[in-house]
Amino acid sequence: MPLEPARAMAMVFGRGTFEVDRGRLRLFAAAIGERDPVYTDLTAARAQGHPDLPVPPTFFLTMENETHGLRFLADLDVDMGAVLHGEQHFAYRSMVHAGDQIDIQPRIADVYSKRANTLDFLVKETDFTRGDELVAQSKTVMVIVNRDGGAS
Amino acid sequence: MSSTPETVPPETVMVADPDPLTLDPISRSALALFAGASGDHNPIHIDIDFARSAGFDDVFAHGMLSMAYLGRVLTGWLPQERIRSYGVRFAVVTPLGAKPTCSGTIVAIEDGLATLDLLVQLEDGTVTLSGTATVELAPEVEQGR
Repeated sequence: MPLEPARAMAMVFGRGTFEVDRGRLRLFAAAIGERDPVYTDLTAARAQGHPDLPVPPTFFLTMENETHGLRFLADLDVDMGAVLHGEQHFAYRSMVHAGDQIDIQPRIADVYSKRANTLDFLVKETDFTRGDELVAQSKTVMVIVNRDGGAS
Repeated sequence: MSSTPETVPPETVMVADPDPLTLDPISRSALALFAGASGDHNPIHIDIDFARSAGFDDVFAHGMLSMAYLGRVLTGWLPQERIRSYGVRFAVVTPLGAKPTCSGTIVAIEDGLATLDLLVQLEDGTVTLSGTATVELAPEVEQGR
């Protein structure tokens, strides 16, 4: 089913909170084949000046997956089999570490179609804050493929 | 014993491109592990029945897995706190068995910041992902350029 732009733009996300823990960071490091001990070993991390295990660059989306995930696509009646990840961008302000509590606030920034409505694009922007401090921002572009040619 | 001339300025080393990274072929178990670790549970990456019902021959890799691999090229090159921005476009999906190589090339240095073009390529040359990163160079490099 093609994306309904007005409905998508009107989508409101609640603020989520993710508590970064060492175990999850170690699991993530294993899943991406990260062998640098700074991401898994507390002594190595502290030797590099980190207060605890650091959050790697793409883990911010994992935090958002946990607090918000892709449920909003189901709420918009989008078929998960028709969704592709088009783009992903991060801007970093400050390092985040295990033990930090991060507030996550997504919003829909844009919705548009291309190729005679066979492709819908949904742009989501998310702020990651620690207390009052903005630590990172992300921009996600999702592509929804309308195999029926797009009815909208 | 050391034959490294002491006159080599440190910035020459500091601004060399990062080393490329070649990964093992993408396996189903790698995708299952990443699904759990990353919190991306879209069945298109782990459930062949679902993937087929969506018109694909098989499951395929998470784009974010490639982006994480590529991120290792950056964090293996300089301390992560120096990364200001990191963004990618996913061009085509990465099939099972594919062997990605991640690489980065410095394309500009200005005001102490380096811009890198980033790429993930498969063995047949297919570019699955292209991106850009902006990183802070060490203070002595800024002085040196």
